[in-house]
Amino acid sequence: MMFVPGNNPGMMADAHIYGPDSIMLDLEDSVTMAEKDAARLLVYNALKSIDYGDTEMVVRINPLNTPYGKKDVEAVVKAGVDVIRMPKTETADEVRELEAEIVKVETELGCVGRTQIMAAIESALGVVNAYEIATASKRMMGIALGAEDYSANLKTQRTPDGKELELARETIVVAARAAGICCFDTVYSNLDDMETFRKEVELIKTLGFDGKSIINPRQIEVVNEVFAPTAKAIEKSLKIIAAIKEAQAKGSGVIAVNGKMVDRPVVIRAERTIALAIASGILNKEDVQ
Amino acid sequence: MRNSKLVTLEEAIRKSGLKDGMTISFHHHFRGGDKVVNMVVAKLAEMGFKNLHLAASSLSDVHAPLIEHIKNGVITKISTSGLRGELANEISHGLMKEPVIFRSHGGRGSAIATGDLHIDVAFLGASSADELGNACGYSRSENAKSICGSLGYALPDARYADHVVVITDDLVAYPNVPKSISAADVESVVVVDSVGDSSKISAGAIRDSKNPRDILLAKTAAKVVINSGYFEDGFSIQTGTGGASLAVVKYIRESMLEKGIKASFALGGITAHMVKLHEEGLIGRLIDVQSFDKVAAESIKNDPFHQEVSAVEYASGVHQGSAVHALDIVILSALEVDVNFNVNVLVGSDGIIRGAIGGHQDTAADSALSIIVCPLLRGRIPCVVPKVTTLITPGKSVDVVVTEYGIAVNPGRPEVAERLKAAGLKVVDIHDLAAKATSIIGTPDALPFGDKVVGIVYNRDGKVLDEIKNIVE
Amino acid sequence: MEVKNAVAGTLESGDIMVQIGPGKAGAGLVVDLESSVAAQFGKQIRALITDTLKDLGIDNAEVKATDKGALDCTIRARVTAAAVRATGKDVWK
Repeated sequence: MMFVPGNNPGMMADAHIYGPDSIMLDLEDSVTMAEKDAARLLVYNALKSIDYGDTEMVVRINPLNTPYGKKDVEAVVKAGVDVIRMPKTETADEVRELEAEIVKVETELGCVGRTQIMAAIESALGVVNAYEIATASKRMMGIALGAEDYSANLKTQRTPDGKELELARETIVVAARAAGICCFDTVYSNLDDMETFRKEVELIKTLGFDGKSIINPRQIEVVNEVFAPTAKAIEKSLKIIAAIKEAQAKGSGVIAVNGKMVDRPVVIRAERTIALAIASGILNKEDVQ
Repeated sequence: MRNSKLVTLEEAIRKSGLKDGMTISFHHHFRGGDKVVNMVVAKLAEMGFKNLHLAASSLSDVHAPLIEHIKNGVITKISTSGLRGELANEISHGLMKEPVIFRSHGGRGSAIATGDLHIDVAFLGASSADELGNACGYSRSENAKSICGSLGYALPDARYADHVVVITDDLVAYPNVPKSISAADVESVVVVDSVGDSSKISAGAIRDSKNPRDILLAKTAAKVVINSGYFEDGFSIQTGTGGASLAVVKYIRESMLEKGIKASFALGGITAHMVKLHEEGLIGRLIDVQSFDKVAAESIKNDPFHQEVSAVEYASGVHQGSAVHALDIVILSALEVDVNFNVNVLVGSDGIIRGAIGGHQDTAADSALSIIVCPLLRGRIPCVVPKVTTLITPGKSVDVVVTEYGIAVNPGRPEVAERLKAAGLKVVDIHDLAAKATSIIGTPDALPFGDKVVGIVYNRDGKVLDEIKNIVE
Repeated sequence: MEVKNAVAGTLESGDIMVQIGPGKAGAGLVVDLESSVAAQFGKQIRALITDTLKDLGIDNAEVKATDKGALDCTIRARVTAAAVRATGKDVWK
């Protein structure tokens, strides 16, 4: 997920050429108070006009308790955004409040249920309430860690090895898995230190995160490389998927690959491996039919 | 010393027998820092010459003072590889009666060699020279001021002009060897305070582009090279300048190290990137017609395997021994590419001249594989278009076009397209790229060209390719 | 509709800066455009600015636009933002 400032038309116009899985146009921290109105119009017009292809479009709105939040919701729902990212989420009630705002606009447009929600957890209270937040709405597609605000809230600061984020990261992954939704790790802002960035991506992949937030196209390749499954894993997964299709065609309930029984978790992992291989650009969608 | 050829500029001009209507020539190795053209033409104007034909290997922003000399009738005809800045702008608006003649570097070399372009007096700036005229683009003296490296574009002039004047700001003891220009070809030597502004002659330290679009284009172009079928031990390569082209070398290097592949030579304008690979043993020889930065200029002075070549030896289409005939892969840039793979590197999308043919025609035509790297869009300017504003390099010599929206392969090279597809690269139809550009930016209005021909573009074989009309505000 | 002086947008590449102010009585929409792509898109950009303002109910104003190669969606957004700031109109209703 690539962050793009919502008041920078040059960057918004071609963010998708670098192949991020999703783009988050930001109306919150990267936009000054004086430019909130103009950025909202820019994001609205960009979403309406620019062909972002298959890229999932996310907009980070301002908190609902600011003068901008509700207007942001109205604008981006009208523009047809895929996902609204709610910043600084601390309770499930806040999520339900956002949902109500979305429903209001969607009802007016006649498209109730179209807009999904992602909650950014950026405080100790948010981490404590992670599972409630993750299960607060059917629209909830994922939760994400926002580490700058979180570490400030903990009265500590960011460190290269991320010790201060351990509990938050693990809590968020567990909450997301328990709720059956996705989870995304925070940004890494030193663009010149690709080595530490790579280590961080490796760490959060091991923890179970589905993806990493990035601030520059140069970081995409590292994320894709780390998340890319090995050739061996892809080959095995393709065999499993083929075996399932064959079994289904035969009407057989029992699936075996290389003489071994395949149970449900193996199938799920195989499907995830193939999805990752496609997302990393190793496989083409057409190859997996 | 005995038989010294040292004279003042004015004496050199008188001695040359230059008359109104004759052809004078210059090289552009001092690039944006050049002082020679303006200095000599100002002197010619002062001496009352009229109606001269100025034949330069190229002209740039720094040559804006020529506008006055054109208005005053001192210069009435220009031949060059390129034009930029205010001079280009004025000429595009119809400053000159006679159209400017544009030739490629190889085309100019062969035109001089065959006599199509006859030079009466060549005024050749040199970074060092002795009193008999042995000259080169670097210097071993402590007074070195204006270093440019190779003098490749000046060598045909030195050899074929009727009369040669060497102009230097670093007079060294005879013999100034190794040399580029031989005393045997030189009639006069003139010493001046400065032949060029060294800060503008060449970039100092190389900076890798951090522009994410350049990086994306460069990485994609490197993948094209690596999977093209020509990336094997002993291959040869040339790259243009510009962020993306330069960065390609960096990514190719990684693959060369990984696969144990070495290049036999790199050709053309040589950069610090190429010197680095050469010094690491990844490129056997450097064949240098123009040294783009200080690292390259130092290398050509010190490294016997870094060879200077003339424009003729580099890129002539009529001399079968020219180096482009042995070139495997060339990576070039473009202002515009059209759906027939024709390329324009000379005239901007606003109809104003803002570039140079350089070696584009020559290397695209004779290399085994030519790759154009250009963004689909520069701001709201499309680079893949239905028809180029001006035809510079015919589509039949262009094989692959790399953009951030996909790679287009000339239908005449299906085997290359297959190899790239097999490697998982996004190969698209060039018509789709043009359509994509239109869908994003809309259809530009037709340019307001007038009826006056302000430029004629020659192909490297001496045939006319296209005309450039004046632009009307 | 009363039009005050207002501005939106920046001079960054890919953006357009739109200044809007009260027009002379009966002069209609007067657009002064400076663009890096004037030769190719000048007419289209002027028309887009005028149409956007008319859609907002503004038909008498002076506009000075400095364009750095902005796409149509950006031009529409910046003109709307300047107009909203100049008139206080709520465009979301």
